[in-house]
Amino acid sequence: MSQPKISPSTAREDLRTEPQVIRIVIIAIAVTFLTVFVVLPLVVVFAQAFSKGIGAYFAALSDPEALSAIRLTLMVAAISVGLNLVFGVIAAWAIAKFDFRGKTLLISLIDLPFSVSPVISGLVFVLLFGAQGFLGPWLQANDVHILFAVPGIALATIFVTFPFVARALIPLMQEQGTQEEEAAISLGASGLQTFFRVTLPNIKWGVLYSVLLCNARAMGEFGAVSVVSGHIRGETNTMPLLVEILYNEYQFVAAFAIASLLAMLALITLVAKTILERHLDEGRLPGD
Amino acid sequence: MNNGGAGRRNTLPGFGLTMGLTLTWLSVIILIPLAGLFLKSFELSLDQFWSILTSRRTLNALKISFGLAFAAAIVNLVMGLIIVWALVRYRFPGRRIFDAIVDIPFALPTAVAGVALTALFAEKGWLGAPLAELGIKVAFTPAGIFVAMIFIGIPFVVRTVQPVLIDLDAEIEDAAASLGANRWNTVSRVILPSLVPALLTGFALAFARAVGEYGSVIFIAGNLPNVSEIAPLLIVIRLSEFRYADATAIAVVMLVASFLLIFAVNRLQRWAQTRMPAH
Amino acid sequence: MIEVKNIVKKFGAFAALDHVDLKVANGELLALLGPSGSGKTTLLRIIAGLDWPDAGEVSFDGENALAHGASERHVGFVFQHYALFRHMTVFENVAFGLRVQPRAIRKDEAAIRARVKELLDLVQLDWLSSRYPSQLSGGQRQRIALARALAIEPRILLLDEPFGALDAKVRKELRQWLRSLHHEINVTSIFVTHDQEEALEVANRVVVMDKGRIVQIGTPGDVYDNPATAFVHSFIGESIVLPVEVRDGCVELGGKPLNISADGVSSGASKLFVRRHDMAIGPAGSGAFEGAVRHVRTFGPIQRAEVALSAGEGTTVIEIDAPRDRELQPGDIVSLHPRRYRIFAGQD
Repeated sequence: MSQPKISPSTAREDLRTEPQVIRIVIIAIAVTFLTVFVVLPLVVVFAQAFSKGIGAYFAALSDPEALSAIRLTLMVAAISVGLNLVFGVIAAWAIAKFDFRGKTLLISLIDLPFSVSPVISGLVFVLLFGAQGFLGPWLQANDVHILFAVPGIALATIFVTFPFVARALIPLMQEQGTQEEEAAISLGASGLQTFFRVTLPNIKWGVLYSVLLCNARAMGEFGAVSVVSGHIRGETNTMPLLVEILYNEYQFVAAFAIASLLAMLALITLVAKTILERHLDEGRLPGD
Repeated sequence: MNNGGAGRRNTLPGFGLTMGLTLTWLSVIILIPLAGLFLKSFELSLDQFWSILTSRRTLNALKISFGLAFAAAIVNLVMGLIIVWALVRYRFPGRRIFDAIVDIPFALPTAVAGVALTALFAEKGWLGAPLAELGIKVAFTPAGIFVAMIFIGIPFVVRTVQPVLIDLDAEIEDAAASLGANRWNTVSRVILPSLVPALLTGFALAFARAVGEYGSVIFIAGNLPNVSEIAPLLIVIRLSEFRYADATAIAVVMLVASFLLIFAVNRLQRWAQTRMPAH
Repeated sequence: MIEVKNIVKKFGAFAALDHVDLKVANGELLALLGPSGSGKTTLLRIIAGLDWPDAGEVSFDGENALAHGASERHVGFVFQHYALFRHMTVFENVAFGLRVQPRAIRKDEAAIRARVKELLDLVQLDWLSSRYPSQLSGGQRQRIALARALAIEPRILLLDEPFGALDAKVRKELRQWLRSLHHEINVTSIFVTHDQEEALEVANRVVVMDKGRIVQIGTPGDVYDNPATAFVHSFIGESIVLPVEVRDGCVELGGKPLNISADGVSSGASKLFVRRHDMAIGPAGSGAFEGAVRHVRTFGPIQRAEVALSAGEGTTVIEIDAPRDRELQPGDIVSLHPRRYRIFAGQD
């Protein structure tokens, strides 16, 4: 059944494929590579997390420090995903539904954070808000805490996840064009009515998709957050930062227990993404 | 004055408001902070800038980051092509799962990838142990950095090349075959050349990502100055020593390099579009 | 009455509309006819408020329409590709315009339902009300788009290439249907088309456009029988076109005088336009042209002959339509005389 069938009637197919030996070698290389470099690291996370048994695993997760890191991570993700969602949809509307000069430049600027090293994404905020930074003295004088506090972590996370929503929605909204919106307007709908009744229902899967990816990145961000957090235990450690600290203290089970939560988040994200991509493909059918 | 007369432009409402909000948000979050970095670097004299960059430790860190990222991107280029070929052209058990798995390096938080790769390649790890018997040490050496960079780069090549190979018109292969080309000729002269722009784009994206990578590398790297210390880590170290000037100078160099890479990618994509317009 | 005055619209350097004036009386069914790029859709969109002119005026019953956006003009617009809301059922599509009205004047749910039902009955698609647009055929979508536009009781109905995306058979049926619907509801309607047959068959009045200008306005009979320009003559109906020379009131083809009047066209290179069925066949020597029949095809009531005119150097081959009772054979020498014709000065 799983044996590849080669019969004379598939002569045409033979023109389009390689000899069986080569096929098997290529598949073997691809599968081995993905297993070693991608699957095994994922498996190791769970193996290490449960290496001292289930009790140790849950003990590690219910540690107050772990709980506070989970809380902080959820909070930062909620803030940054929320803001980027609102502004991403607004940016996508402006860019996809109107023609103006400099559109390509604007899209490249929105894309910038993708090409900036996470460490630099954190550094720019240290240079702005740090003690030696541009706004540092004023912040200190007014007792405003941005760096080494939640606002700094949120800012760095917003920076890193900035492009996700707009980038996912712009091509989708461009593809859908402006005809349905024009129809709504000509039927007497206001701008907001048009957006909420016509545009939003058409992009809802795209919105969900972008929120999903944005959230995964927001919860998992390490480099940028590491630079601005100050690593104050129980206060400014997010889950990825706590993984580092525990790991460096040789608390491997605890480190991998937290890591396993993040890995699970990644897996759930991937599964949901695959399902959503199917919905998006359906929504894209031209039979409108 | 013109209210209600000729000359109004947009049918759909909200352009002014949404564009204004977009530019404001973009400036506050991205442009002003990045401009601050460049502004800070102008506080350095050219001599200072130069001596920071040419100090042995900085130079080595940059060499390690760029050199190993380049090597890893080459590996990704080759392996990416093989993986895409297997996923697109062949049917084998678990193909769809492996297709989904390619995205794991995108989705897995870098710190998690870092500790996982370290555990895997450490001397007592599942892969580290057999490698150690062969006398190969990966974790806490430059080889570890290399491995981590391969891990995070692979989806870039696969995901840029895959759609192009899928869209490739099967008729051109039949055409080549009907003109007497054997399979190897068809692949090397017809298919691979059409994939070149996508392969180069994927390579550049994987390279750019690996150069700036931090989380997945620092655990496995060993972080020995001049040997296995990457540039982003050196930025973090300089920051913790309050040597902001040093951190800024290194960051500016890396930022400019990644801008150039993105520019190259954009040019590549435009080239690909003019050479092979979408049908 | 809709009045468009001196409208100019440019896209970059390209003048889509070049000083266009148009008046549409209440209750008219008007066709904007022209080749693609002639500006007809742009004019329609400007009337609807979906595009804005660079200069000029648009008024509805004397009231400045440009003071209002599309949502305030009460214009029913039927889009070429229908633009049905794909996530709403047919019912909700038609109800949309009623649901988005300001609360003060919005109908209650029962009234909305009744009105939608009435409209769906009007377009004879009541039975589709819970389907989604993707489940409908092209002709059905077209009629739903029309019902949706009518829901807001528009003062004008604008249709952009209403039959453009449909196959030939459905197109013919819908033409009839649109005419009778217009008769029934009597809303001032303007539709855009590039298909002259469609314009002549459906509209009361036809506006022919070319290169951003209106070149002729008239009844279908007018524009067919008395085309104002060479462009209109060749664009509407099929014509035989011959390059002629007018010299002192005489018309010459290839240096040979034709036995017809120049109709006041001044001397110079000109073009002679004759409808195929307006070429009368007579015995040799009696008409303006002499020629040899090369090939004859008959279909239906028509006999179509290829005739090689012997005029000047070389031969010009034209196709004429002759009644079937006039027997033609390849090789016959015939004399042709245009019963009706037009001469337009200039090469183009």
